[in-house]
Amino acid sequence: MSEISQAQPNYNYKVVRQFTIMTIVWGIVGMGIGVFIAAQLFAPVLNFDTPWLTFSRLRPLHTNAVIFAFGGCALFATSYYIVQRTCQVRLFSDKLAAFTFWGWQAVIVAAICTLPFGMTSSKEYAELEWPIDILIGLVWLAYVINFFGTLIIRKVSHIYVANWFLGAFMLTVLVLHIGNSMAIPVSFTKSYSLYAGAVDAMMQWWYGHNAVGFFLTAGFLGMMYYFVPKQAGRPVYSYRLSIVHFWALISLYIWAGPHHLHYTALPDWTQSLGMVMSIILFVPSWGGMINGIMTLSGAWHKLRTDPVLRFLIVSLSFYGMSTFEGPMMAIKTVNALSHYTDWTIGHVHSGALGWVAMISIGSVYHLIPILFGQPGMYSTRLVNVHFWLATIGVVLYIVAMWMSGVLQGLMWRAVNADGTLTYSFVESLEASIPFYIVRFIGGCFVVTGMLVMAYNTYKTVRAPKGTLAPDPATQAA
Amino acid sequence: MDQGTVGTIFTLVVFVCFIGVVLWAFSSRNKKKYDEAANLPFADEEQDKIKKDNRES
Repeated sequence: MSEISQAQPNYNYKVVRQFTIMTIVWGIVGMGIGVFIAAQLFAPVLNFDTPWLTFSRLRPLHTNAVIFAFGGCALFATSYYIVQRTCQVRLFSDKLAAFTFWGWQAVIVAAICTLPFGMTSSKEYAELEWPIDILIGLVWLAYVINFFGTLIIRKVSHIYVANWFLGAFMLTVLVLHIGNSMAIPVSFTKSYSLYAGAVDAMMQWWYGHNAVGFFLTAGFLGMMYYFVPKQAGRPVYSYRLSIVHFWALISLYIWAGPHHLHYTALPDWTQSLGMVMSIILFVPSWGGMINGIMTLSGAWHKLRTDPVLRFLIVSLSFYGMSTFEGPMMAIKTVNALSHYTDWTIGHVHSGALGWVAMISIGSVYHLIPILFGQPGMYSTRLVNVHFWLATIGVVLYIVAMWMSGVLQGLMWRAVNADGTLTYSFVESLEASIPFYIVRFIGGCFVVTGMLVMAYNTYKTVRAPKGTLAPDPATQAA
Repeated sequence: MDQGTVGTIFTLVVFVCFIGVVLWAFSSRNKKKYDEAANLPFADEEQDKIKKDNRES
C-alpha cells in the first residue's frame, strides 16, 4: 500500500478498496440467490417446505442484494474514486466515508436478517422495515454530504460531467427513499405505509421507476463517463452532448413511473403521461449510449485486445437495447401483452445484468490494479473468460424470458368463441418451464463469471509486488 | 385553466428549456471550457507525473 500513498498522497483509497471488494462479494451472494430462486421456479421442491427458503421471501432478498448491495457498493466505490480524481482533492471527510461503508454493510446484513423471516413493508425494492429505512437515510445523508463536500473543496474549476450524474443520483435517491418510506410503525418490525390506494401505488412507482432511473441509470452513467474515456485513453466523444444528455435525462426520467400502472385504478391521463414521457426518454438514453460508444471512434482496435474495455462497451450495447425495449413496453397496447409476464423480468435483467453489472465489472477490473498497487490484473485471460461467461449468460437469460413472456401474454389473452379463457393459468406455467431451465443455465454462467472474477481479484491482491507484468492492452490509460 | 391548457403550457416551457440547454451546450463561447473539462479524467495523471518528476530530480 505504501506505493499508492506515495504516488497519490491526497486520495482516500481505503474506502474505495473496501467498497470494491464488497462489490464482488455481494455480487456473488446476490446473483447466487437469484440462481437458487430461478431453480425453484421449475423445481419447487427446492424450498424444502421451509418458510424462509420460499421464493416469496428470497426474491426480495435477491433484488435487494443485487441492486443495493452489489450495485450500491459499486456506486459507492466508483463515486468516491471518481470525485477524488476529477476534483484532485482528498475526500471531504474520512470519518463520514468510513461511516458510509460500515453503515451500508450493516443495512445489507440487516436485510439478510429480516427479509427471509417475512419482516417486510411489502413495497417492491423498498421492502426493508422502518428501523433499517432510518439507517439507510442516515448513511445516504452522510454520503451526500461527503460527495458534495468534496465537490466544494475541489482543486479544479470545472465539475466533470460524471460527477453531475453521480450527484443527481445521490440527491434523487435521498428524496425518493424518504418520500416512499414514510410509514407509521406499529412495532419494531412492522409498519404501515402513510399512503393508501392508488396514491400508494403511484408513490411506490414514482420511487420504483426512479430507483431504476437514478440508482441504476444516472449513477452508472457517471461510472460510464469516467471509466470509458479512461480505459479507452481518450476524452469522451462529445462533452457538449453529455451536457444535453444530463439535463434531458434527469428532467424526463422522473415522470415515467406511471407506466408500471397501466390499466389499473390510476387515472387514465396519468397513465398516458407516463407512457409519453417514457417514449421520449428513449432519445436522451440513446444520446448517452452513442456518446459512450463513439468515445472509441478511431480506436476500435482496442476492443480486440482489451477485455475490460469490451465489458464497458458491451454494457453500453445492452443499455441501448434495454432503453429501446423499455419505451416500447411502456406503450399501453404493448404493455397489455407484456405486463405481469416474464418479458418484464427479461427486460429488467437485460438492464441489470447487461448494463449495470457489466459496466460495474468493467470498472472494478479497471480499479483493482490501481487500488492495490499492481501493474495489471493477475490474468487478462481470465478477465476475457469472465467477459464471455457474462455475455453468454445474459443472452441466454433474456432470450428465454422474452420467449416465455410473449408465450404467457398470448396464452393469457386467448379466448374461446364463447368468451371463456382458452388456457388456465397453470397451463401457461407449464409452458414456461423449459424457458425457466434455460434461464437457470444463463444465471449459472453469470455466477461462474463472478467466481472467476473473485479468484482473479484474490490473486491480484495477494501477488507479491513486482511479480505481475503490466498488460500491454490495458495500459492505454 | 383546464387540464389541456396546463399541459400545453407545460410542454412549451419544457421545450423552450430544452432549446436553451442545447444552445448553451453548443455555443462556441463555451468550447474551450468544455475541452478542458473533457480532459479532467486525465488531468491528475499529469499532476502525478510532475510530482514524481520533481521527487526524482
